[in-house]
Amino acid sequence: MKTTANHVIECRSVKKTFGSGASEVHALRGIDISVEEGEVTMFVGPSGCGKTTLISVIAGVLDATEGECRVFGKSMQEMSNDERTRYRGKNIGFVFQQFNLIPSLTLKENVGIPLMINGIGYDEAVERAEQTLGRVGLGERAGDRPTQLSGGQQQRVAIARAIVHSPRLVVCDEPTSALDHTTGQHVVELLREVAAGDGRALIVVTHDNRIFQYADRIARMDDGRIQGVYGSFQEMADAEKVLQ
Amino acid sequence: MKRIALHMLMGETGKYLGIVAGVMFASLLIIQQLSTLVGILTQTYSGISAVHADIWVMDAKVKSIDDSKPMTDGQLGRVRSVEGVAWAVPLYKGSISARLENGDTVVATLYGLDDTTFIGGPAQMVQGNLADLRNSDSVIVDEMSAMDRLAHVAADGSRVPLKLGDTLELNDHRVRVVGLCKVGRGFQSLAVVYTTYTRALSIAPTQRKNLSYILAAAQAGKAPEEVAGKIGRVTGLGAYSSEQFVQKTLHYFLTETSIVINFGLSVIVAFLIGTLIAGQTFYNFTMDNLRHFAALKAMGANDGMILSMILLQAGLVGMLGYGLGTGLACLAGLAGQDSVITFSLPWYVLLGAGLAVVGISGISALLSLRKVMKLEPGVVFRG
Repeated sequence: MKTTANHVIECRSVKKTFGSGASEVHALRGIDISVEEGEVTMFVGPSGCGKTTLISVIAGVLDATEGECRVFGKSMQEMSNDERTRYRGKNIGFVFQQFNLIPSLTLKENVGIPLMINGIGYDEAVERAEQTLGRVGLGERAGDRPTQLSGGQQQRVAIARAIVHSPRLVVCDEPTSALDHTTGQHVVELLREVAAGDGRALIVVTHDNRIFQYADRIARMDDGRIQGVYGSFQEMADAEKVLQ
Repeated sequence: MKRIALHMLMGETGKYLGIVAGVMFASLLIIQQLSTLVGILTQTYSGISAVHADIWVMDAKVKSIDDSKPMTDGQLGRVRSVEGVAWAVPLYKGSISARLENGDTVVATLYGLDDTTFIGGPAQMVQGNLADLRNSDSVIVDEMSAMDRLAHVAADGSRVPLKLGDTLELNDHRVRVVGLCKVGRGFQSLAVVYTTYTRALSIAPTQRKNLSYILAAAQAGKAPEEVAGKIGRVTGLGAYSSEQFVQKTLHYFLTETSIVINFGLSVIVAFLIGTLIAGQTFYNFTMDNLRHFAALKAMGANDGMILSMILLQAGLVGMLGYGLGTGLACLAGLAGQDSVITFSLPWYVLLGAGLAVVGISGISALLSLRKVMKLEPGVVFRG
């Protein structure tokens, strides 16, 4: 399977099953989806519908049981564990629901981690991290620790960490669920600004409908399947009205 | 990532100090127990080391220096006649009762030195001279006993240290202190009194055989072991070089007493306690950081990176804990230097404790590593 022009991510017939026998759970039941270059794609749907499993497979942190995901033309399934880990380190940035900042490190150290993982020395990494913190408006606080910041500020640090090594894909898991409405909107605006663009893509898993407006495409999921892909929130709402 | 690993560890001050304290405590216990054991074992042969003689001759059944079985004086002549013996002198060693002015009695070890040469006498005199033993009824007493066990008891109950010219009553014989000396403390920690061989026989309870040991030297160019072997073959007595006698004494205490088992158990307990404390704290520290390790894995950190981070953290706390534990053990040893506390810290105790700490740190790291290595980066996405 080749990645078609402008499709930075292509998933075909992706299935993921956890457990076996009576306790078998089908988290993904055959997903076909592609993500275009430069766009923000949101996976939405109720809890347990398979959103997080899907981005885990796309990002190469989880193996698909069947099917294939190609990210920038590379099949995650064909790579060895080590190759996949290296590929992730170079090409993918992560924003986690609970920020996952290390409390004993300063902000610049936290942000510099992806660079250090890619072999850049400590001093250069923290210097570049400081510049990236400046891009998310926290340059002045580079020496602080995460616990000294508000939730919104911590998520901005997490975004800085996700983009510091200029990855081609940024994957965000519920980036606004721990934030109030205004802060959540600011965070998504920031994500759009710094993570999406030419040759890159931003994938956001969310069920926060207040941020749907920032999506270029919305994939609605339910019960391990893609129920529909829409160009905007309005288009999705209209389609659901018709269904009702 | 090494600096990140160190900052992760040191950034959590309470936990960091807790792990270091655990390893420190274990090191301290292990070094203290091993040093005490080595100190006690050293005491078992201190009587041999203190006497600068090439060869010790004794009854063939003697097992250690504290187990002297008297020989007849005639054996001295037989030893002197063996080819390769440069000289041989008698040494009396026996227990004797010293009566204090208040009526208390103290058991002391009485050494009777060759009347002419005083071979076997104390190496370090604090007051007086060894030659003063030529004066009538004279004895030399070890300094620590002079200040404590053999000290005069004043009317108010306080102890007045023995000084030169003071008298003592040994087995109903009045003797006069003409010198104070330093001696290595013996295994039984008894007071030590030196006098001449002849005077020792007059003080000690009368026996048919009185000669405890014969101290001898090999002629120039001959190995003490070789001459000792010849003495043994010719006389039928036990004859050993100093080193052989040290080993024989050590062997006796190691195999026929419970010292090693008792202290060995203490060392094992110290190791287990240290491992439990340090291991548990380090394990908890890693478990608390499990999500962060998962995030690192998701961000591209491979198993090698994570492994080196955890090993570095364990290595640092191990090194610091070991250093602090060793320092504290040394301070404790120095504090008890002039007391009855036995403490000896040779290089192999430090090496042994170091290896134990490597074991503790290794076990701590392994407990954590197992969990971290199995960790799937995907868990970071699960709520």
